Amino acid sequence: MADPKPRKGLTFQDLILTLQNYWAAQGCLILQPYDDQMGAGTFHPATTLRALGPRPWKAAYVQPSRRPSDGRYGENPNRLQHYYQYQVILKPAPENVQDLYLGSIRAIGLDPALHDIRFVEDDWESPTLGAAGLGWEVWCDGMEITQFTYFQQVGGIDCEPVSAEITYGLERLAMYVQDVEFVYDLAFNDRFRYGEVFHQAEQEFSAYNFERADTEILFRHFQDAEKQCQELLTGRKLALPAYDQCIKASHAFNLLDARGVISVTERAAYIGRVRAMARACCEAWLETPMGKYEPRFG
Amino acid sequence: MPDLLLELFSEEIPARMQAQAARDLERLTVGALTDRGFLFEGIKAFAGPRRLTLAIAGLPAKQSDVREEVKGPKVDAPPAAIEGFLKKTGLTRDRLKVEKTPKGDVYLAVIERAGRETAHVLAEVIPEVMGKLPWPKSMRWKPGLAVRWVRPLHSILCTFDGELVPFSFAGISSGLHTKGHRFLSEGRIEARRFDDYAQKLRAGHVVLDAEERAAIIFEGVKQAAFVHGLEMIPDEGLLAEVSGLAEWPVILVGAIEDRFMDVPPEILQTSMRTHQKYFSLRDPKTGKLANRFALVANMVAGDGGREIVAGNERVLRARLSDAKFFWDEDRKHTLESRIEKLKGIVFHAKLGTQLERVQRIEKLAGEIAEKIGADAAKAKRAARLCKADLTSGVVGEFPELQGVMGRYYALHDGEDAEVADAIRDHYKPVGPSDAVPTDKVAIAVALADKLDQLIAFFAAGEKPTGSGDPFALRRAALGVIRIVLESKVRIKLNQSEDLLSFFADRLKVALKEKGIRHDLIDAVFSLGGEDDLVRLVARVEALQSFLRTDDGANLLAGYKRAANILRDEEKKDKRSYAGDVRENLLTEPAEKDLFAALTMARAAIAPLLEKEDFAAAMQQMAALRVPVDAFFEGVKVNADDPKIRENRLNLLSSLRTTLHGVADFSKIEG
Repeated sequence: MADPKPRKGLTFQDLILTLQNYWAAQGCLILQPYDDQMGAGTFHPATTLRALGPRPWKAAYVQPSRRPSDGRYGENPNRLQHYYQYQVILKPAPENVQDLYLGSIRAIGLDPALHDIRFVEDDWESPTLGAAGLGWEVWCDGMEITQFTYFQQVGGIDCEPVSAEITYGLERLAMYVQDVEFVYDLAFNDRFRYGEVFHQAEQEFSAYNFERADTEILFRHFQDAEKQCQELLTGRKLALPAYDQCIKASHAFNLLDARGVISVTERAAYIGRVRAMARACCEAWLETPMGKYEPRFG
Repeated sequence: MPDLLLELFSEEIPARMQAQAARDLERLTVGALTDRGFLFEGIKAFAGPRRLTLAIAGLPAKQSDVREEVKGPKVDAPPAAIEGFLKKTGLTRDRLKVEKTPKGDVYLAVIERAGRETAHVLAEVIPEVMGKLPWPKSMRWKPGLAVRWVRPLHSILCTFDGELVPFSFAGISSGLHTKGHRFLSEGRIEARRFDDYAQKLRAGHVVLDAEERAAIIFEGVKQAAFVHGLEMIPDEGLLAEVSGLAEWPVILVGAIEDRFMDVPPEILQTSMRTHQKYFSLRDPKTGKLANRFALVANMVAGDGGREIVAGNERVLRARLSDAKFFWDEDRKHTLESRIEKLKGIVFHAKLGTQLERVQRIEKLAGEIAEKIGADAAKAKRAARLCKADLTSGVVGEFPELQGVMGRYYALHDGEDAEVADAIRDHYKPVGPSDAVPTDKVAIAVALADKLDQLIAFFAAGEKPTGSGDPFALRRAALGVIRIVLESKVRIKLNQSEDLLSFFADRLKVALKEKGIRHDLIDAVFSLGGEDDLVRLVARVEALQSFLRTDDGANLLAGYKRAANILRDEEKKDKRSYAGDVRENLLTEPAEKDLFAALTMARAAIAPLLEKEDFAAAMQQMAALRVPVDAFFEGVKVNADDPKIRENRLNLLSSLRTTLHGVADFSKIEG
C-alpha cells in the first residue's frame, strides 16, 4: 500500500501516546485494555467497579470497544463496529477537572485560542450497567470529541464520592486532528494507514455480526454467562470473576441484537437481565476489601 | 437605598434550563424577602452558560421594627393559664400590661422585635433559596456532601451595598470574585456593585443578559446573511438554545458543498439544526435554501475564525454525507416494498405492529373518503403508504421528517401527486399553530390516522390520565376536531361513549378560545346520539346566540321553573310525568294557550331540525316565552283536582321534551 498522504496533526498512535503521557503526568495509573469484549471503556472493571465505594482512584487506558450493530462492512466513512476509546476515570472528581481535560486537548495540538470549544449538555446513561451521570459532550468547532460525565450511579448504587469520567472517541478525534474524512485514511503511524490495520477486520466482523454469528450458540453463551455469574455470587462471593461473566453476557446480547433476533419486548427483558447481573456484581464488589475500605494497600 | 448583587458561578449549565433557573432564583428570593417584610424597588435575574446572576435594587439597610400586641387571659385567671401565656410570648409577668375591658382586666403582651440588618438576613436567605432552587436534573459532586446543583458550583459572589455578604453553600464561602469568559479572559474579576460587575464581565467577554445575547445573534445572523445576499430562516427555538451556549456569541458563515444541494432542503435544514445548531439561510427572491449556513461560536479566534469555520464545514460535510447516503439508499426501494417491513415494528405492545395499524387506517380512510366526497382509491393508497417511510434511513436518523420524506419517496416512485401530498400531510395538525390539511384525500387519511389511534388506545384501556397522555391522544382528538370544524367535513364519530365524552372535553377546550360556553356543549352532548361535530357546533352556536336574547333568557328561566316543579312533584309522587296532555282537562286560558303554542312549536321545529336550521328552530322556541310566562302567572300547577294536576304536570313535561329537542336545558348554567 501507498504511504499516507502528507498530513497535519498527530498520528493515531502518537495521539494515544500523548494522552497516555498527559494523564500519567496527572497521576493516573496507565492501565491496559481489559481482555474481554465490551461495548465501551466504561465496562472495564477499572471504571465500573472502581467508581463504587470510598477508595480514591485515578486511571487511564485505551479500551477497544465493540458495537456489533455499528458494523458497515468497511464502507462508512466514520462508523466502525470495533473502535478505540480513551478512558479516564478520576475519583473523587477533582475540582479543576474541566481544566485538566482542556490541558489534554492542548496536548494533542488543539489550541483553544483558535477553536471553538464548548461543553454541551449530554447526560449519560447505561441501562445495561444501571449507571447514570450528568455531563456534557465536548464540542470542538461543532464536532463532538469527548464525553464528559460525573457519575451519579453505577449498578443502581449511588456513587460516593462522585467520579469524573472522560471518554475520547480516538478515531473521531484523530480524524479531526489529522483533517481526514474517511477513517481508513487515518495515519496510524508514519508508515501505516488505519485501513491497513482494520479494514479487513471491519468487513469480516460485519459479516459475522449481521450474518454468520450462530444465534443459538450466542443465546447459550448468554445463559451460561448468566448462570455462572449467579453461581459466583452465591456462597463465597467472587465479585471480579462474576463481573467478567456480566461483560460476556452483555456482548452476547449486543451480537444477538445485531443479528436482529431480539424483539422489542424481549430487548427490554435482556437489558434487565444484564443490569441485574451488573448490580449483583457491584454489590458484591462493595463487600470486598478493595470495594469497601478506606485507602490501604490491598 | 442599597442594592444586592449575587452571582452563582458553575460549570456549564444546560441551555434548556437557564431561563427557568433565572426565573426560579428571582421568584424564590422575592418570596423569602417578602416573608421577612422586605420591600424593594427592582429585581432582575440573568442566566448564561456558566452563571446565574441576581440584582436587587433599593433594599432597605435594615428590616423594619415590628410591634405586636397579644391579648392574654384575665388577670384573675388560673395560674396555669397565665404561665402558658408567658411561655407563649416569652415575657415575664412584670413586663405584661393590663388592659381594662368590659369583661374585666386582661393581660396584654407587647412584643417588640427590632428589625435586623438586611445583610444578616440575606446571609440566611440566600443559602436557603439556593437549596430550594428546583433544577429539572441536578447532581452531587462534593465528597461527603448531599448538596445538589445542576453541575459543580465553583464560586459565589454576593454583596449588599458594596460589602460582602458572608455565608457558605456547598462548602463554598461567598466572596467578591468571579471569572470572565473561559478562553477570552484571564484571572479573577472583583466586583461589588452590579454596574461595575456587568461592565467588567463585558470586558471579560461575557454578555450577561440572555436577551441581549439573543439580539446579538439575531442581528448578527441577519447581517451575515445580508452580506451574502441571503436572509436567515427565523427559528425562535434555535435562537433561544444557542443564546444559552455562548457567553460571547460570534457569528460566522460557512458553506455547504454543492453536491449536497440536490438533497431535499428539509433534510439539510434538520441536520444542520438538530445536530449542529446552525441557522439555515435562504435566497430572499426564490425562498430556496441557500448553500450557506450561519453558526454561533463562543470564541473570538486569533485567525478570525478560519479554523472554526473550516472545522464546522468539515463536520457538516460528514453529517450531510450520512444524510445523502441515506437519501440515495432510501430511493433504491419503493415505499410499496417497505410496507412489509412494518410488520417488524411494534406500534404498541397491546395494539400489534405498524403493519396492522396501516391496514386499519387504510380501511377507515376509504370509508371516510366516501363520506366526505374524496377519491377513495387515492385515500386508500395514501393510507397504505403513509407509514412506510418509518423504515427509511432518513427518518431513522431524523424522526421529525416522517411524512415529509414519505412524500419525496412517493413522488420518486411515481405515485399520484395528491397521494404523495396526503402522505406528508396526514400527520397534520402537528401542534396548535400548525395548519390542518385542506385537500380532501389528505383530510381522509389524517382523520383515519387519528381516529384509529384514539379508537385503538381507548379499546386497549390506555386512556390519558389527569397527569399523563403518553400517546398524545388529546392532541389526536384536538386534531380531529380542528380538521372537521375547519374543513366542515361531515363524518359521524360513531364511537363508544367513553371516547365521545373524551371528544366532548377536547371540544370544550377547543371552543373555549372562541368564547363558547362549556355548559352549552354539555347541554348538546348530553342529548346523546350527536356525533357529528359540525352539526353539534352549529347547535351550540345557535343556542348560545339564542340565550343572549331576552326571549332566550326568559325561556330558560321558565324551563328551569318547570323542571324544578316536575322534579319536586315527581319525587313527592314517586312517579314520572311524561303522559299525553288531555285537552279536555285544560281549564285555564293560559294553559290552553301554552298547549296550543307547544303543539305549533313542535310541528314547526321538527322540519327545521331536520334541515339543521338551528337558528330558525330557536326562533320558533322563542315564541314559547310569552305563553310560558303567562302560564306560571295565571295557573296553579298543583290543582286540587288530582286529574287536572296530573294533566298540568304532563303539560310541563311536554314543554321540557320540546326544548330538549334542541339541547338539554338542565345542563345550562345561570
